[in-house]
Amino acid sequence: MSVPVRDNRYPHRHLLGIDGLSADEIGYLLDVSDSYVDLNRKVDKKQTGLRGQTLINLFFENSTRTRTSFELAGKRLGSDVINMSVAASAIKKGETLLDTAMTLNAMHPDVLVVRHPESGAVKLLSEKVECAVINAGDGSHEHPTQALLDALTIRRRRGRLDGLVVAICGDILHSRVARSNIHLLNVMGARVRLVAPPTLLPTAAVRLGAEVFNDMRAGLADCDIVMMLRLQTERMQGRFVPSTREYYRFYGLDSEKLALARPDALIMHPGPMNRGVEIDSQLADDITRSVILDQVELGVAVRMACLEVLSGNRRRRSIESAVA
Amino acid sequence: MSAGGKAQAGRTAYVNARLLDPASGLDRPGTLLVEGGRIAELGPGVLADGVPEGFEVVDCAGHCLAPGLVDMRAHLREPGAEHKETLASASRAAAAGGVTSIACMPNTDPVIDGIALIEFIARRARETSLVKIYPIAAITRGLAGRELTEMGLLTEAGAVGFSDADRAVADSLVMLRALSYCRAFDGLIMQHPEDPVLGTGDMNAGELATRLGLSGIPNAAEVIVVERDLRLVEMIGGRYHVAHLSTREAIAALGAAKARGLAVTCAVAAHHFALNETSVDDYRTFAKVSPPLRAETDRQAAVAGLADGTIDVIVSDHAPHDEDSKRLPFAQADNGIVGLETMLPLALELYHDGKLSLLDLLGKMTVTPARLLGLSSGVLAAGAPADLVLFDLERPWRIDVDALHSKSRNAPYDGRPVQGRVLRTVVSGRTVFTLPAGG
Repeated sequence: MSVPVRDNRYPHRHLLGIDGLSADEIGYLLDVSDSYVDLNRKVDKKQTGLRGQTLINLFFENSTRTRTSFELAGKRLGSDVINMSVAASAIKKGETLLDTAMTLNAMHPDVLVVRHPESGAVKLLSEKVECAVINAGDGSHEHPTQALLDALTIRRRRGRLDGLVVAICGDILHSRVARSNIHLLNVMGARVRLVAPPTLLPTAAVRLGAEVFNDMRAGLADCDIVMMLRLQTERMQGRFVPSTREYYRFYGLDSEKLALARPDALIMHPGPMNRGVEIDSQLADDITRSVILDQVELGVAVRMACLEVLSGNRRRRSIESAVA
Repeated sequence: MSAGGKAQAGRTAYVNARLLDPASGLDRPGTLLVEGGRIAELGPGVLADGVPEGFEVVDCAGHCLAPGLVDMRAHLREPGAEHKETLASASRAAAAGGVTSIACMPNTDPVIDGIALIEFIARRARETSLVKIYPIAAITRGLAGRELTEMGLLTEAGAVGFSDADRAVADSLVMLRALSYCRAFDGLIMQHPEDPVLGTGDMNAGELATRLGLSGIPNAAEVIVVERDLRLVEMIGGRYHVAHLSTREAIAALGAAKARGLAVTCAVAAHHFALNETSVDDYRTFAKVSPPLRAETDRQAAVAGLADGTIDVIVSDHAPHDEDSKRLPFAQADNGIVGLETMLPLALELYHDGKLSLLDLLGKMTVTPARLLGLSSGVLAAGAPADLVLFDLERPWRIDVDALHSKSRNAPYDGRPVQGRVLRTVVSGRTVFTLPAGG
């Protein structure tokens, strides 16, 4: 089976971020993703649409779930997948990043999936290569496939994004997941709330088009979706927040705070979770409320869709240039 | 809330009083009724037909009846230095000085930087104190200036504000985060304004320090911290309060910040408007204090700042030390002056000198600090706690350091003539101090 021919409703070469994408483009990527969800649940999952293509997972930062998700997505579409982990010490200089990019470029990969600890690094790399680039997370900037899989999870559960109230809670300041989600949810007509202690909010948070709450109870009141973020251990211990127990007391999701949200409110988390820090362990496992494992599952479908669309664009572009 | 002072359900009528309430501007003769530890009623017409059965009657003989004083800054030394002061001994001094609520500083041993210590202070106050004691928690763990304390949990446990006591939060990023974080809990950040490096010295920098051969602390050490903090508040918000000012430059900086609409507050300790640097001449360590006593122009700026409203609050900065900590070469002696008992008479000098109206002056020791700390006391109003001070506004007397109730006697005021004497102090309706006959 080959990749189905579709309208070219996402005409870009890369997927570097959600910021700047239209509702139609996002909706299109979600529609394509939807078509892969059922396929992934079958015993025989193998597709051949990307046969002969090379996908390189280029990770400058540790990752297990995102890298695995992209690897599975690539393999299920028939692509060859190479994983490259670049030690943090080797990437301190900008030249090294670009050298790496040009070296890889010379090997003619078709898709580069890149994660990097510095904001903007993936875009910089994309300017030096001829293949498609997917941002798998750059610093505190964007993580577009995470926002897409979150949107797909919500859309499949609620049937829409438009008009929903989504509370994003936790370390907004350092979160690329939060930034991508704020852009996506705003474009799709959801109402975004940001809930965090003042020290974990960017100073211009309201300028992102979200309502800001320091009081989690007020922030969760009557919301449809509670999206929790991970708090990095090194940001506790009195630097951004005084302690994990204080954080859990005021900003951890427990059943008492969740009771203020709508009775059918969904709980989301991009993982990996700090149980007992940002989320109560039982809530995280409550299959009636928590869609955290759905997010993981749908992540593979979203990444398959992104690979399909970008590789289709690339193929189309090469045919056009051959004709010209 | 860690209120000390056992409440008594007594019913008392304070008749023939000059009722003074800075919050409402009330200043007229009348009667005040106390029932169940709270003010039941007050005014000129109350009990015009005589006092009913069951009321104890206190004839105020025309003297001033005002809300009990609220002292935002005192070092009570318990736990850790009980040989200098305890909550019990400090509360006796407070009662004798008309102070009914004290906010105590966290520079104890161990430091008040966790909820267990807040609960300890509350329990000890309940068991041993004549007056109400409210803990101020540390801004940073161990007062080390690096990691924020659990401000949310501390607030829930009863901390009424945050301060690193006698240390400035020197790191700008830590201060920024403290101001930012405490916004979530409406916490008050109380800064000790002294650059820790420039502030290493023995006394005010200037001619006297030069003559005495002591190292000087320049005024800049204070204004640098204050101006930096004001910039941070402008950037991030937060409730910011300068715990005590000593220099004309820092007072001017606060005045300018308020003029451009910044919601910040500040206090001055009684010794900074009652004394100047000449008090430490001849190496008198009892007048060694942090920030140091300054030049006469600075003292005058403090008086002017109180008069024009730049300075919101008067504090005692009560800092007891035993003789062993003071009978030392000047540079080695500890900083501090005991002040709970002398705050009111020293402040009343400003009224008698015509610098401030009586209500303005009392407001800086009652309703203003009470509101900053989130307390319901500091007012004469029906339903408010019956925390009261009865004082003779005119009576002249001399401060006798040996007669102070504090465990420590490190005050540089011995023999100073003052005017205005506390006659009776009432906490939650219960009399905790009465001036002995002939006192």
